[in-house]
Amino acid sequence: MLKVTIDNQTIEVEEGTTILQAARLIGGAVVPPAMCYYSKLKDSGGKCRTCLVKVAQGSARDPRPMPKLVASCRTPVADGMVVQNITSQEVIDTRKAIVEFLLINHPLDCPVCDQAGECDLQNLSYENGREESRFEESKRTFKVIDIGDKIQLHMNRCILCYRCVYTADQLTNKRSHGILYRGDVSEISTYIQNDITNDFSGNIIDVCPVGALTDKTFRFKNRVWFLNPMNAHRSCTKCSGKVTAWMRGDEVYRVTGRKDQFGEVEEFICNECRFEKKDKEDWVIEGPRNIKRASVISQNHYLNARKPSVIIPLENRTESLEEYAKENSNENKIS
Amino acid sequence: MSDKPNIASLSGRKKVVSNKKMTFMEMIYLPAIIGGFGITLSHFFKKKVTLQYPEETKPRSEIYRGMHVLKRDDEGRERCTACGLCAISCPAEAITMIAAERKEEEMNLYREEKYASMYEINMLRCIFCGLCEEACPKEAIFLTDRIVSSDLHRGDFIYGKDLLVEPVDQRIDISHRQTPEVLKFKLDKNQSHNS
Repeated sequence: MLKVTIDNQTIEVEEGTTILQAARLIGGAVVPPAMCYYSKLKDSGGKCRTCLVKVAQGSARDPRPMPKLVASCRTPVADGMVVQNITSQEVIDTRKAIVEFLLINHPLDCPVCDQAGECDLQNLSYENGREESRFEESKRTFKVIDIGDKIQLHMNRCILCYRCVYTADQLTNKRSHGILYRGDVSEISTYIQNDITNDFSGNIIDVCPVGALTDKTFRFKNRVWFLNPMNAHRSCTKCSGKVTAWMRGDEVYRVTGRKDQFGEVEEFICNECRFEKKDKEDWVIEGPRNIKRASVISQNHYLNARKPSVIIPLENRTESLEEYAKENSNENKIS
Repeated sequence: MSDKPNIASLSGRKKVVSNKKMTFMEMIYLPAIIGGFGITLSHFFKKKVTLQYPEETKPRSEIYRGMHVLKRDDEGRERCTACGLCAISCPAEAITMIAAERKEEEMNLYREEKYASMYEINMLRCIFCGLCEEACPKEAIFLTDRIVSSDLHRGDFIYGKDLLVEPVDQRIDISHRQTPEVLKFKLDKNQSHNS
């Protein structure tokens, strides 16, 4: 076991753990944001640089600091390592600059984009970014491409995190899309707009941290913050069938995987569950999902709301007032 | 202290009622009646406070928050993109909308690729707080100094796009609601969608 200190919090982790994974084990504010790293996808990470941290002490044996900030998703911990994330002003400044770089070519069309409200880039720039843009040149633009009949690619919004490419590589048995060209002209593409027909191809929508890959069956249907994310399941032959059903009233607007606190899906789901089962009858609804209070999705959804208990008129009351209060005291407690 | 009655009065305005005998002048009542008529008569020559609404209206502040308007841009295209921020910011939950995708031939009707095919404000629910205007990222919704007129049926207070969107030839001036900050923001070339 290796002892590592992140923002003055010490934890023991196994060898081969990266700094980001160790920080996630501690949890809370010390977890660096990650736009490209995805724990379920092998080799992901190291692209977006948002998770840069300062290593103030390389290890117990060699206590020199690392010369530059390192990508925490790719750097394995060493025994006695001391890492600074939010305690280092250098990291905070760098992260601010990186958000600005990521937003250089991002169109900022959040009012139109379906991802708004659950977008990693939106959250990242809200927490770490500048208030206004300093970019004056024209942004790169692409046309909207349909990848198959269910997925739409808005290349303008892409930040080239490669998550969808790894998903296509690792989840499906035949790779059908990748990145073309190099540098700032590189783009996600299918080969001559081939259809992606694999059963699990829809997961590239879930892994996309921005609104580049969106669900065509949900396009402009509703905003995520007007919907109630519900845990739901059905028996599916292809996948586990455990999903999040985004509902309003009795209507299922869209189906996604269940995302954990780091925005990663717990289990990948198949296209049949995602695109074709939009009926309430198809699903067994388990209950509402826990959404962070800070999220816009929890707006106007009241936590711990309780209906006022019916007060029995005095003349009809059989028990004494004290008994009545004792009986109703549990009901009225706000947990 | 000794000659005053012992009354506990915090405000000091407590009056003691006395039952003293009236004088002759008070007993004939006439001076009091004539005095009363005099007050009534004097009101004929005073400035009237009654306003003959609706012919006359009381002057309102320029930034009075009245009926909403959905603005069009300089080319007459609707600015609203149905992002739903006004609806989520609305404390009275008075706003509902349905979004739709702009078609190729509708380029001159809507500014963005998404637009509101249905946009309704329930004027009975609305408290005219102006949060929708503040939340709007597209400078589309503004409150104006117009007044929501009275009506006979509840359903008639649900205003749709036919009442809210300004007509192309009858633009509604909202320039007095544009603070210096808003105007500065609109000058920003990067935010080309704010034209």
